[in-house]
Amino acid sequence: MSVREPFPEVRFKDNGLLRFLTCGSVDDGKSTLIGRLLHDSKSILADTLTAIKRTSQKRGLEAADLSLLTDGLQAEREQGITIDVAYRYFSTGTRKYIIADAPGHEQYTRNMVTAASTANLAVILVDARKGVLTQTRRHSYIAHLIGIPHLVVAVNKMDLVGYSQEVFDMIHSTYLEFAAGLGIRDVRFIPLSALSGDMVVARGNKLDWYDGPTLMELLESVPAARSEASGAFRFPVQYVSRPRTEAQRDFRGYMGRVESGDIRVGDTVQVLPCGLTTRIKDIRLLDHSLPVAESERSVTLLLEDEIDISRGDMIVSLAATPTVTKLIEAVVCWLADAPLETGRKLVLRHATRETKALVAAIEYRLDINALKRTSGGRLAMNDIGSVTLKLAQPLCVDRYRDNRATGAFILLDEATNNTVCAGMIV
Amino acid sequence: MDAHCSAFAPPAARLDHLDWLEAEAIHILREVAGQCSNPVLLFSGGKDSVCLLRLAEKAFRPGMFPFPLLHVDTGHNYAEVTAFRDTRATELGERLIVRSVEDSIARGTVVLRTPGDSRNKHQSVTLLEAIAEFAFDACIGGARRDEEKARAKERIFSFRDEYGQWDPKNQRPELWSLYNARIHPGENIRVFPISNWTELDVWEYVAREGLELPSIYFAHKRPVVRRNGNLVPVTALTPPRSGESVEEILVRFRTVGDITCTAPVASVADTLEKIVAETALSTISERGATRLDDQTSESSMERRKKEGYF
Repeated sequence: MSVREPFPEVRFKDNGLLRFLTCGSVDDGKSTLIGRLLHDSKSILADTLTAIKRTSQKRGLEAADLSLLTDGLQAEREQGITIDVAYRYFSTGTRKYIIADAPGHEQYTRNMVTAASTANLAVILVDARKGVLTQTRRHSYIAHLIGIPHLVVAVNKMDLVGYSQEVFDMIHSTYLEFAAGLGIRDVRFIPLSALSGDMVVARGNKLDWYDGPTLMELLESVPAARSEASGAFRFPVQYVSRPRTEAQRDFRGYMGRVESGDIRVGDTVQVLPCGLTTRIKDIRLLDHSLPVAESERSVTLLLEDEIDISRGDMIVSLAATPTVTKLIEAVVCWLADAPLETGRKLVLRHATRETKALVAAIEYRLDINALKRTSGGRLAMNDIGSVTLKLAQPLCVDRYRDNRATGAFILLDEATNNTVCAGMIV
Repeated sequence: MDAHCSAFAPPAARLDHLDWLEAEAIHILREVAGQCSNPVLLFSGGKDSVCLLRLAEKAFRPGMFPFPLLHVDTGHNYAEVTAFRDTRATELGERLIVRSVEDSIARGTVVLRTPGDSRNKHQSVTLLEAIAEFAFDACIGGARRDEEKARAKERIFSFRDEYGQWDPKNQRPELWSLYNARIHPGENIRVFPISNWTELDVWEYVAREGLELPSIYFAHKRPVVRRNGNLVPVTALTPPRSGESVEEILVRFRTVGDITCTAPVASVADTLEKIVAETALSTISERGATRLDDQTSESSMERRKKEGYF
């Protein structure tokens, strides 16, 4: 490469991007809360608001129904239900937000697992009149299972309980009691009213007894994306670049995203599964050479030694290597109509590698309402359980709780090509 | 009771939001290259696809792109945009395939109600014909989830059956960043690397990367008429109706497409910086202001997408 400028040091910096999930039971005001966040952060545009006011009037409502903002598909409007996870966007000037809005009906587990898989924070809605419900426990358990680092319990509809501190305190202590049993550590509580807006973006004047941050203040202060991750370096190779042109005769670049850890030029790394070690010669992003690539950056790595590396291999830190294995134990969520039974063969996709997998055993099925385990059996749609998988090829894995990117996998049905299972390695 | 809760005390983000979005999009493009055998990138010359090309450069240089570029030409494009499309493809040294709705009309696979009919929705037919002609297994496009309600629920790797149809009720679950591009012959995956970008993100990225755009994106004088709250450009295809008075005012396009269904907005923003500032303050959404075809009914985009529209 002829142009080799150093990467510009001074650049516009904002406070990154936060992906969060909203979950709640039917009628707990989730759509209204999202609508309120978008509305009060001035993220709703004039024409959208006009359309919502028009629809609200048609339905005989006096004020604009902010929940209509999250109305998606035609069938959903006709049936008044939400079918699938929807993604919403807003920005505060200091931070960009992606909301994964998961619906609260029967297929909840499947949708919530999907939405949770990319979230860094979950807002769990509780109706102040109803308190902590089975649904609340279920949402909290899934959020915890999927490894969302931060939970916020939003006690909504405070306007309907006279903004009572007693009601809030009661919910607070009930929740903490069961959260402790699940091992949930970072959880925060906010009393609010999505309908009137108290403690969402503005503090309002009805909740003076509460001295914590508003929901928006909390969102603004959460560590962005995976910026807190201090995991070991993991680089699943997505694509190998060998242009073989006159100018690039010897170029051999390994393209991928740094899934965790940082990597610097000169660092010693190991290539798996072959096990050979080498050093980082260069880190490229188009015409720039970077001294360091932070986690979540997509780059091209050049290595000191010529090693035969292809898509599916992983370049890792020599100091902390993943486990190379053909046998994994995992907690899974089954997503398909037909149940999963022992002996089933599927395709497993982990990082950038695909391999055949045999379901050697189903250890238990989890009743997530009662939070009890039933041993053996089969997994129906939306079931969560523990399985042992035998693999045709070795994978380089970490435990999911240590590394979401290298601890997660999906299973695909070879006949339909559908994604039928979400898995987390234990 | 102790203090209710306190705000987090986070370290400053190490990647700003554009860095993060860029890294995600590059990762998606490389997954297409790794998983699909015959992909194509849809390039119209519009701002979103200009970003896609930049991201493809970051994903694959110093090598060539592992896919050609395809433009489905309605024959109703602004000449500046078509010229820009060709120049950009040549500069990059990448192969550009153009398939046109005119040819579908000649073949009889597209039938217009009236000669001046918007050809926007008919692009689906020509696109599906091009997919069949080249046996593309994946089409990379610049659609964003913030554009329209029906898009908010679409996957990044979005499955289409052998008729090109999208079934919103039966989408593949998409978890973590583990994408599933497996299909049977005749089926197709549409891939949207900038799904998570907003209009503002796109403009900020264009400005940050110093990307060139067709001139009609910047404020310029243009004859227009006012119709149903929109500015309608006066062209040979879209003459003024009787009783309408033509004005020449400063406008820019926020989105470029078929002349018959793309409206400009009044604007004096003639630089990227001014456009970013104006977009940040804008109170009208991109499609609401500028797409004459999406306003026909609440679900018009959803219907077109089910029929194979991008």
